[in-house]
Amino acid sequence: MNFRFGPFRKPAEPMAAATGPEFRASARRGAGDTMRGRLILASACFVLVYGTIIGRLVQMGVSLPQESVTLGNAQAAVSAARPDILDRNGEILATDIKFASLYAEPRRVVDPDEATEQLATVFPDLGTDAVRQRLASKQGFLWLKREITPAQQAAVHALGIPGIGFLTENKRFYPSGRTVAFVTGHVNIDNQGIAGVEKYIDDQWLGDLQRAGMASNNFEPIKLSIDLRVQQVLHDEITAAMQRYTAKASAAVVMNVKTGEVVGMTSAPDYDPMNPAEALDPNNMNRASAAVYEMGSTFKVFATAMALDSGKVSITDSFDATRGLTIGGFTINDFHGKHRVLSVPEIFIYSSNVGTGREALKVGSQGQQEFLKRIGLMDKVPTELPEIARPILPKRWSDLVTVTVSFGHGISVSPLATAMAASAVMNGGILIPPTFFPRSEEEARLIGKRVLKQSTSEQMRYLMRLNVLAPGGSGKSADIPGYRIGGKTGTAEKVENGRYSSNKRFNAFVATFPIDDPQYLLLVVLDEPNPERPGLPATAGMNAGPTAGNIVGRIAPMLNVEPRFDDVDVPLMAAY
Amino acid sequence: MVSRAERNPVADWWFTVDKLLLIAFLALIFGGIVLSLAASPAVAERIGIADSYYFVKRQALFAIPAVITLIGVSFLNPKQIRRAALAGFVVCVILLILTLLVGPEVKGSRRWITILGMSVQPSEFMKPMFAVLVGFLLAEGQKRPDLPGRSFSLLLLGIVAALFVAQPDFGQTMLICLTWAGLFFISGMSWMWIVVFAGAGATGILSAYTLVPHVRSRIERFMNPEAGDTFQVQTAQEAFINGGWWGQGPGEGTFKRILPDSHTDFVFAVLGEEFGLILCMCLALVFAFVVLRGISHAMKENDGYVRLATTGLIMQFGLQSCINMAVNLHLMPAKGMTLPFISYGGSSLVAVALSMGMLLALTRKRPDQTRFVAPIEFSPLPSRG
Repeated sequence: MNFRFGPFRKPAEPMAAATGPEFRASARRGAGDTMRGRLILASACFVLVYGTIIGRLVQMGVSLPQESVTLGNAQAAVSAARPDILDRNGEILATDIKFASLYAEPRRVVDPDEATEQLATVFPDLGTDAVRQRLASKQGFLWLKREITPAQQAAVHALGIPGIGFLTENKRFYPSGRTVAFVTGHVNIDNQGIAGVEKYIDDQWLGDLQRAGMASNNFEPIKLSIDLRVQQVLHDEITAAMQRYTAKASAAVVMNVKTGEVVGMTSAPDYDPMNPAEALDPNNMNRASAAVYEMGSTFKVFATAMALDSGKVSITDSFDATRGLTIGGFTINDFHGKHRVLSVPEIFIYSSNVGTGREALKVGSQGQQEFLKRIGLMDKVPTELPEIARPILPKRWSDLVTVTVSFGHGISVSPLATAMAASAVMNGGILIPPTFFPRSEEEARLIGKRVLKQSTSEQMRYLMRLNVLAPGGSGKSADIPGYRIGGKTGTAEKVENGRYSSNKRFNAFVATFPIDDPQYLLLVVLDEPNPERPGLPATAGMNAGPTAGNIVGRIAPMLNVEPRFDDVDVPLMAAY
Repeated sequence: MVSRAERNPVADWWFTVDKLLLIAFLALIFGGIVLSLAASPAVAERIGIADSYYFVKRQALFAIPAVITLIGVSFLNPKQIRRAALAGFVVCVILLILTLLVGPEVKGSRRWITILGMSVQPSEFMKPMFAVLVGFLLAEGQKRPDLPGRSFSLLLLGIVAALFVAQPDFGQTMLICLTWAGLFFISGMSWMWIVVFAGAGATGILSAYTLVPHVRSRIERFMNPEAGDTFQVQTAQEAFINGGWWGQGPGEGTFKRILPDSHTDFVFAVLGEEFGLILCMCLALVFAFVVLRGISHAMKENDGYVRLATTGLIMQFGLQSCINMAVNLHLMPAKGMTLPFISYGGSSLVAVALSMGMLLALTRKRPDQTRFVAPIEFSPLPSRG
């Protein structure tokens, strides 16, 4: 019995004896046992401390990704490669060019003085005290010189300075420069898209990919609907027109009416996408989509289409234009007043404000708003470019407003929106959102929605062609034999200091070709053009019209529009 | 090799020494040479020594006396250790006084003295002597209450601390104070005394904080890294992070070029960058193993002197390694303290070898070693049929 505890009994005696007389009374616990307890305590402390040290080491290991910054960040930012941007025929509009940039990691620079001196042998401008101080700092990363030549790179490499290195950067290059600047947009120094299609692809997917660190260097090129040849013609013609008519600005849009593809779009003055600072000048803005204007008489295309489509006005109707139309205390007059009763086609080709106003009144304010909404003129154009302006709409829609809006005053829309709506009038009545990427007719049919009757569209084509062919028609100046252009001018008086000015104009010409089966729509606008020679008028027929004609004459062959010189137009004329 | 059949000093040693501890020490010494390849060449280059392996070669050279000392001292028995410690203590006191009188001033303190053409840091050698003597005095004081062991140990502390402070060397002073306090605590000091000494320690730290400007600035910089220049600890931290789990590879480290004292006080960070955090953890585990094994020897020990001397030596070793690693990892304010066996330095290496040789000697198996421990709250068992 008790044999488990047996061994402890005897030794207890000598222990007590050994600890000395004064301990004998106190307890059975000798000094050795106190020591033992305290030694255990000491080991526990050491275990705790070593454990903390190992825990700290683990923490260091775990904190690895977020703390290893600087060079890695710079690398990720600069190596942001971008896909090439091509036009519809595969011509390069934007591409990446690789070059080396020189950086320093000052923390790793062993001898800032020596490093500065050595760098100065290749780049004398880096031999300054400022550079020396920056290299002596504790910074993790700094750029010394971006975009250096291969020879300079080799020279610095040969110096073998610790803490100095190269990063391969991608520099965006736009072979066509200004020609396509407003479509491609441009990038910042870190190759991030900040305008145009460049910004669009960043916003859509490229930016996310790069932030996720998954951007590769081999992107599929991105094809646009733009035709570089058309673009060059547009750029050439509107720049020339701006100079010839000493206009403040000009812009042009070419759209495929069947697919909604924007084949060309430009604006002048323009900027060089490789010098993005130029884009900051407000004068160099994209006037084709990011600016809104009172489009003037080109809006009569929509007013007439609205009147015909509503069924309240027939193409055989006539309206009284003998005198001005007085409404809401104002009197609306015609620019080239005929002072007689005019038929609907006459109202269109003589661009009668009074006649168009009466047509609009017949449809009514409600019907007009409903129509403008339907045809997309009351909203922002639904397309990919970031630079899209919202229309400026009348605050109250009185009868007076209904009349002025019918001839394009009191409502401001972008040229792109006008082109989109005019395309719907011409293509058989289908509104297709414009796109800057290739789109087939099938795809367009799926997303397009009918906004006009087919018959209205046909009547409008007739009127557009009539406007070019008929004696006294305002679109005469745009006629190019064989291409069967239909067109409508617009001369708006610009608001200056709160009132309409009689000598500042905004001129537009909307043209479509070939009129018997419209394929393309061209809109040319000129901001504040002056008479070509003193004494000549500065109406759209004198500047925007001929410019549009020149453009069609040059681009139609490129766009595979066959010229026809038979009498296809005559029956059209005979129909009325 | 050696046979249990014949009794000779080598055989006795071989069968009684703690071979695991011996292996750990040899591994640390030779590992230290390999690891010094990482940190030392950069320092040699920086201070302009033509041979970039100068420090590596010196470390390898000092390894020879270190190993001889380690094994040679471990042949002694506890009594010889005690006598050697006493003699060594007297020699060290003389050397320390000489150091103050004739030693050159380096970085604002006099710690070195040249003996026979060699620079020696007597304070490094003083530490193990002090630990053994204090252990002996406290044990004697317990065994024979008529001897004022505690007072004597306090006197020793006063002498050594005064000599260290005079250099000045606050790191070593702190270390011997902690050794003494630790031994006092383990020897069974009553809790009242513990409170008194804890209060004294706190007062000491507080007065150092208020009176000594550089102690104050170090503590403030630790508490608030933005307040001042924390270049060393920050660089050390970046070195660890840059190294990652597996390190940048030998010779691939870059922070060692800008870390002052990268071959001594901040060698741990350099190892972290070049050989990785895993190796650092292994190193910490080796130190922990040595310390815990040393303490377990002390626990099994019967003789009070051997037990306390073992504890004192192992505490010094453990504290020194902990403080060094903690400073490198920014777990405590910057304090110059070498990493035993790993940091560069001939005096430090041989002194640590001496210290651990003493430990090996004290922990050798002896016939009178076995100790019985009375169970706590032992009471005679009630008789049950």
